[in-house]
Amino acid sequence: MSDLDKINSIFNAKIDSVKTKEDLQNIKTEFFGKNGKITQQFKTLGSLEANDRKDFASNLNKVKDNLSNQIEKKFLEIENAEINDKLKNEKVDVTLPVRPFQRGKIHPVSQVIDEISSIFSEIGFSVAEGPDVETEYNNFTALNTPEDHPARDMHDTFYLEKNKKLLLRTHTSPVQIRAMLSGKPPFKIIVPGRTYRCDSDQTHAPMFHQLEGLHIDKSITMGHLKGCLDYFIKEFFEVKNVKMRFRPSHFPFTEPSAEVDIGYRIENEKIVIGEGNKWLEVLGCGMVHPNVLKNAKVNPNKYRGFAFGMGIDRLAMLKYGINDLRAFFETDYRWLNHFGFDPLDVPTNYRGLSK
Amino acid sequence: MIITLPLLKKHLKTKANEKEIIDKLTNIGLEVEGVKESSGELSEFKIAKIIKAEKHPNADKLKVCDVSIGEKENLKVVCGASNARDGLITIYAPPGAVIPKTNFQLKIAKIRGVESRGMLCSGSELNLSEDSDGIIELKVKETEIGKSYFKSKAEKVIDISITPNRPDCLGIRGIARDLSSTGIGKLIIQKSKKFKQHSKHLIKTSITKDKHQGCLSFGSCYIKNITNKESPEWLKNKIYALGLKPISAVVDITNYVMFDLNRPLHAYDADKIDKEIIVRDSKEGEKFDALDNKKYELKKGMCVITDKSSILGLGGIIGGTKTSTEFETKNVLLESAYFLPSSIRKTSRELAINTDAKYRFERGIDPNSITEGLQVATELILELCGGQASKFILTGKNSPKKRIIKFEIDDFENLIGIPISINEAQKILISLGFVCKKKGKKVLMAEVPSWRPDIVQNVDLIEELIRIKGFKNIKLISPEKKRDNETLNFQQKLFHLSQRSLASKGFLESVTWSFTDSKIDKHFSKGEKEISILNPISSDLDVLRRSIFSNLAIHLKKNQDRGYDDMSLFEIGPVFFGKNPGEQQIIVGALKSGKVGRKSWIEKERNIDVFDIKSDVIKTLIELGISEEDLFISNNTKHCYHPGRSGSVTLKSEKGAHLAYFGEIHPGIVKKLDFKESNIYGFEIFLKNIPEPNKKIRQTKKSFQPSDFQKSQRDFAFVIDKIFKIGLLEKIIKEIDSSIIQDVTTFDVYEGENIPKDKKSVAINVTLQSINKTLSEKDLDQISKKIVEVVKDKTGATIRS
Repeated sequence: MSDLDKINSIFNAKIDSVKTKEDLQNIKTEFFGKNGKITQQFKTLGSLEANDRKDFASNLNKVKDNLSNQIEKKFLEIENAEINDKLKNEKVDVTLPVRPFQRGKIHPVSQVIDEISSIFSEIGFSVAEGPDVETEYNNFTALNTPEDHPARDMHDTFYLEKNKKLLLRTHTSPVQIRAMLSGKPPFKIIVPGRTYRCDSDQTHAPMFHQLEGLHIDKSITMGHLKGCLDYFIKEFFEVKNVKMRFRPSHFPFTEPSAEVDIGYRIENEKIVIGEGNKWLEVLGCGMVHPNVLKNAKVNPNKYRGFAFGMGIDRLAMLKYGINDLRAFFETDYRWLNHFGFDPLDVPTNYRGLSK
Repeated sequence: MIITLPLLKKHLKTKANEKEIIDKLTNIGLEVEGVKESSGELSEFKIAKIIKAEKHPNADKLKVCDVSIGEKENLKVVCGASNARDGLITIYAPPGAVIPKTNFQLKIAKIRGVESRGMLCSGSELNLSEDSDGIIELKVKETEIGKSYFKSKAEKVIDISITPNRPDCLGIRGIARDLSSTGIGKLIIQKSKKFKQHSKHLIKTSITKDKHQGCLSFGSCYIKNITNKESPEWLKNKIYALGLKPISAVVDITNYVMFDLNRPLHAYDADKIDKEIIVRDSKEGEKFDALDNKKYELKKGMCVITDKSSILGLGGIIGGTKTSTEFETKNVLLESAYFLPSSIRKTSRELAINTDAKYRFERGIDPNSITEGLQVATELILELCGGQASKFILTGKNSPKKRIIKFEIDDFENLIGIPISINEAQKILISLGFVCKKKGKKVLMAEVPSWRPDIVQNVDLIEELIRIKGFKNIKLISPEKKRDNETLNFQQKLFHLSQRSLASKGFLESVTWSFTDSKIDKHFSKGEKEISILNPISSDLDVLRRSIFSNLAIHLKKNQDRGYDDMSLFEIGPVFFGKNPGEQQIIVGALKSGKVGRKSWIEKERNIDVFDIKSDVIKTLIELGISEEDLFISNNTKHCYHPGRSGSVTLKSEKGAHLAYFGEIHPGIVKKLDFKESNIYGFEIFLKNIPEPNKKIRQTKKSFQPSDFQKSQRDFAFVIDKIFKIGLLEKIIKEIDSSIIQDVTTFDVYEGENIPKDKKSVAINVTLQSINKTLSEKDLDQISKKIVEVVKDKTGATIRS
């Protein structure tokens, strides 16, 4: 038996009994250390004849490679065994609850205002605002509703002064006046905002949200009004076709005036918007009355346009199947959680209005 | 306005069926709100007699009545009316009946322990009158008991919503005229029979020339020797169909003419008039007993109809009891007058009276209909009650000026978007009662009918034309997808962004009223003047809110009472600092209560604290676009916060723009409002103080300069004065050499043993890194030494040994 065969058999005898990384290290030292068996053999190379040296060196290298491969293999085996061992002891019940976190929500009114703004943004409307406290003049008189006009009875108004000069705006229409007085035509605005009427029951709240729209330019006709609202309703309810009807009505600040109904039907106790043979009133609109333009210092012979107004809360109720208007403003933790929207659910044109 | 097809067909010759008529009405702006059987469903309401009325054993104001509806057994009915008494004949509604006024369906119910089978009805509950003071008192024969009060005619009643600009359609004839213009039928011109007018007019009438005289003309007819009685069936049925209650022939006739022709009339018992009729302005404090059984004290300048001794009626609004007609009335004076809408409106508003006549006069009655009204009503009175009529006497102004509008036909297309031919326009206007002549090829001269006070200019005619032509004929023009201006301005973007920002931190968005309870609001206000609402919806919603916290606190408490203690709520909305328009600002407000990790198997439960709310406010401000190093924190606070656990965020320095308050809500307020979970924190962000960044700078980001060299950490423990602000200490260290000192973080604050009483120990970790080289031990020692020296120099702090 040559020296190399001996080394081989000694190694084979030892390597099988290795259990730990420490044992393995010992073997490594025994064979490959400074005075290791393999190292020793390499040291003998110099004293050999050239011919023998070549053969021996070749054999020695083979043995060396073989042994170090086995050591490497053993190392991986031990490491695997160690990890498997560790894993056996590291089981947790992942069905236990997560670390507590609170999910925030966006109020349906805010979500719907964002949706509406996104829709009208596409066709060039900008968002305008006005104060919640208004003058009687802006809220009524400038809007062609003089003091003894019976239409004033339809607005149950909150007043701040005995002489009724200051009030909480009953609609967002006074912002029409403010916008026109503070700029030059053309005007193309929407006005979402809080509005107030002293009326409170199941279907009325003393505060609610309205969306006003105003588009004034040189050649705006009622055809544009129809087109604008048709576009809006389809986009808002996210349907391709909407059955829609313009019905003559009366508002002091528009003429001709119309109320807009959309078709609907009830399917499985849920409302389907846009089709069916029932009508639902969704908004009021019309061509801005020349008296209003005059009051807002816009020349009615040169400019005309349309205006519309709709209830934001009501639109939210229709789209998302919310029944009770008053619950919108009661801040019931459970209601907000149920009907609120995820903050990342931002309505956009390119990603769509709703998930 | 209620109509029935038979009433309509008296004025409209048509073959159209009910559905066609209803659709047409809605399409021309006379919106049909509902169609219902007039009396079919009301047949359950029976004439009944109270046999015995006794006091309810458990309630002072209630009575237990034995009621007979003509059957063997009497029914027990509990009734709250003061006039319920033995022998009274009234109207009984059985269980299952739906009360017309409230749409409430009756059930057998125990009222204070006594079972009540149905109820006895007031006039107002049955929509018969405004009278809700007691149950109806009927004067009918005993044999009527058990019969249905409403005679079943199964006639469909069409309820039309008339807009305030269309007084003419408050009469059935006006509705018929509008329908006729659509081509659905033809308007029938009523022919009146001639009758003799030989008898003498015995009452002198005059209108005084007061400054704001509300009565422009007063027409009347004196009819003598009549026999007033119950109306015949045909008239009663009409009165029922119109939703009214038959009273007597004379009253029913005046009501019918009002609803049929939109011509209010009034009949006086002429024998009760003291000598003559004087229409004048009232004097301050004059008193008047009206037909609604109320006494009114009048203000100066109200238009009253009087005789020599007292007030007989409020002109155009309501008659008085003194001269009311009865079955015994022999001679009547029939009034047909014109009152100014503004005068009617002012008086009725001040006295809070609403009547059918007032409703019509304030919208504008046809001033030319005085004679016609007298004509039609006198003819009917003579027919039903006999008697002899006088000539009609007219006092006051004659018919008003004619209004003629010059209408250029092209204006129609300019506004509506589709053309109309001059012939079509003329045809429509003529069918609506205009006198309409062509002037050239493009112009119409349109004389407005006297019953259309709403039509004064071109655009009014355009509306008439398109209304009749049909809105469905307007061609839709699709909007252009083009944007010239930004959709949102900076403040609006902040509003939207802060909503999303807070919701992403676990806050629920709330929308609450802009008004609140003054008793709560005063705790949170900063001393701004209270802004009261004159007519609040309830006494706990009586002021405009001065703080965003007022309503949030109310609702936080309500939710706590529902059992939710750990909650984060926010609202973004206006608060008010004055009552003039614009004296308001948008505040982002949030409240957070309770604990973190309550009942968690893994997290240690702890109270939320000021550093939780500070973290929310800082993160939000950063997300709103302010860089972290520009946020200056101080302990400036306001009184609704805990003075020691709250502060302010300002821009760059203590004197910079005020961005926010944050902190614990003052324990005094928490106690006063009686919160179940008293650990409550909040913040307010002032959006208007957030500076709008320069867009050009904002868009190009700072150049990116990462260091490739090793970074090192050094810890320091300073012993420093207790009152010294750690925020300032960190700032001092940061500013020593910003090219090397990348980060400064306090990781421990200790007070107590081994530290002098007025000192605290602050452990600070400093991250050091250079952009140019790896810092050597020598470099690190040098900068550490510098830190220690500078801190000592500026704060007096020593290194803890």
